[in-house]
Amino acid sequence: MSAKTLFEKVWNAHLVRPQTPDTPAVLYIDLHLVHEVTSPQAFTQLRERGLKVRRPDKTLGTMDHSTPTTPRGADGLIPVTDVQAAAQLDVMTKNCTDFGIPLYQLGTQNQGIVHVIGPEQGLTQPGMTIVCGDSHTSTHGAFGALAFGIGTSEVAHVLATQTLLQNQPKTMEIRVNGTLHAGVTAKDIILAIIAKIGVGGGTGYVLEYTGSAIRALSMEGRMTICNMSIEGGARAGMIAPDETTFQYVAGKPYAPKGADWDAAVAHWRTLPTDEGATYDTLVELNADDLVPMITYGTNPGMGMRITDRVPDPASLSDYSAKVALDKALTYMGLQPNEPLLGKKVDVVFIGSCTNSRIGDLREAAKFIQGRKVADGVRVMVVPGSQRVKAQAEAEGLDRIFREAGAEWREAGCSMCIAMNGDQLAPGQYAVSTSNRNFEGRQGKGGRTFLASPLTAAATAVAGVVTDPRTVTV
Amino acid sequence: MEPIKRFGGSMVALPINDIDTDQIIPARYLKVTDKAGLGAAAFSDWRYNADGTPKADFPLNQPQYQGAKVLIAGHNFGCGSSREHAPWALMGAGIRAVVSTYFADIFKGNSLKNGLLPIIVDEPTQQQLISLAQEDPTAEVVVDLEAQTLTLPDGRAVTFPVDPFSRYCLLNGVDQLGFLLGLDDEAKAYESAHPARVLTTA
Ligand code: SF4
Repeated sequence: MSAKTLFEKVWNAHLVRPQTPDTPAVLYIDLHLVHEVTSPQAFTQLRERGLKVRRPDKTLGTMDHSTPTTPRGADGLIPVTDVQAAAQLDVMTKNCTDFGIPLYQLGTQNQGIVHVIGPEQGLTQPGMTIVCGDSHTSTHGAFGALAFGIGTSEVAHVLATQTLLQNQPKTMEIRVNGTLHAGVTAKDIILAIIAKIGVGGGTGYVLEYTGSAIRALSMEGRMTICNMSIEGGARAGMIAPDETTFQYVAGKPYAPKGADWDAAVAHWRTLPTDEGATYDTLVELNADDLVPMITYGTNPGMGMRITDRVPDPASLSDYSAKVALDKALTYMGLQPNEPLLGKKVDVVFIGSCTNSRIGDLREAAKFIQGRKVADGVRVMVVPGSQRVKAQAEAEGLDRIFREAGAEWREAGCSMCIAMNGDQLAPGQYAVSTSNRNFEGRQGKGGRTFLASPLTAAATAVAGVVTDPRTVTV
Repeated sequence: MEPIKRFGGSMVALPINDIDTDQIIPARYLKVTDKAGLGAAAFSDWRYNADGTPKADFPLNQPQYQGAKVLIAGHNFGCGSSREHAPWALMGAGIRAVVSTYFADIFKGNSLKNGLLPIIVDEPTQQQLISLAQEDPTAEVVVDLEAQTLTLPDGRAVTFPVDPFSRYCLLNGVDQLGFLLGLDDEAKAYESAHPARVLTTA
């Protein structure tokens, strides 16, 4: 048997039909996550063709993208005042009811961002294939699952057949050895990777993150990294399962129990890439060299060390890159060679499927504890799920945020995508722990600096972009 | 689905790199449950002023580019969100093919399922097409999916790669879901050989 990569093992184990010169592979899907924004037209297609959902028991719905994160009413419910969003959520409920799909309704105890709930329920397990009509499905790859985003046509394919047509992607190893310094996080690793390979660098690839710095990360840190694989152009990113993975999954509601657990772990131990297996490409980074990262432009590849200055288009030789940087700096209202440290911000957003898990909130709270949010800065803390919210409240994190003057909100995507009324005003600057700084992503005309929860928290207190290493906790 | 074989049309250039799907259609337009009317929202934030009036200098708004079927873009078109609303919006705006040096994977797959052709060309060809579209808005290209060629107004034909299965489906009007439904026996065989470890209804 030839040596195989983690990706190849998971891919091969899910082939209903191998790829041929004329047809893509047909891949079996173990778990299909569904949310309100990218599924309605797929259900419509099923209805038009008189089809059923083949495996509602391998499908799970949640509400996250267009849901409000505003406080609950006296009835304990989260009011949806946006008529269009309310209609979309009603359609989601009807679709899940009609087709027999379990659904985590808005405000109920398990509801949350689709890529937060899978792992926290133990539904996300090593070796699985997981898809969702959402590009950040790559998050689940942190468990050694093959997980990737699909379009709405493909959502219909999976609903109806539990299979997908896929051409086999190439593999890229991203090896991060070394040790992170204090104040440098998983978010900084992935921002540095994307700054290095560019937003299109991973196109056509599945990434596997390896190396001692990746091994040293918690599952939450690994999820942050895999989450942003798509920002480097790769549909999926994976990390081989290990003891950290097993410990995280153990005891979760859907985790295997008893003898099933032992069998599962025995299987999961066979998944890591074999000695001698090869990847199509290798990218290397040293964790010792990393410092906190921040983006200055309008895509996640436009990132730099927080201590650097904004690059100068005049220094670029490639014409189209020069034009792109010019355009980005104009949108961002930034000057070439300007430092970002000390730049005044209007909003700090701590949330999204990249950085809204309990560990992220704990880290941010540690910084904010006993301090006050700077005058004139709006700080929004949006837990990734109702479970994260409940856990944070049990630990008193909500009080720390509130007492500092930050907003503690209901769970959801919120200002990561700004569909639900949580948004920047035109021209406002935000430091955001989310994953996309595209023009208008956090509100039309809004300007986003992507960074880690530590950088976000340090900035919240100072009111200006701040290197978390310069703040004593 | 209507088969697609060959069509001609004029071009409109948007020579910007890394055009992401949030630019193609901003998220606030995704609160719909159907595909109707998305064409008006294509490139909304670049295309309209704050008061909703069209920006006169945006190519898609200019009279000479009305009716353009082929969008010539910068490198790496369609990165970011997986929203299939992006090809729906482009098609709603009358676009039938996008030309770039490369496309984001999810966008490319979504487009091919809707009959929007992602056409990959080399950089000199891309630059030539951008200049052509800007200098002569009436210049037409011909897209031939069967031959996998894009023919420029000067008669030069460049070939472009297409996933053979998508090409087959588009040429014959076959839909991919129908193909997968036809594999029911194989899916069943897979399922009986691979009992599920995780069931959401458990
Ligand atoms: S938090 Fe943001 S990136 Fe994540 S699923 Fe929601 S909208 Fe998408």
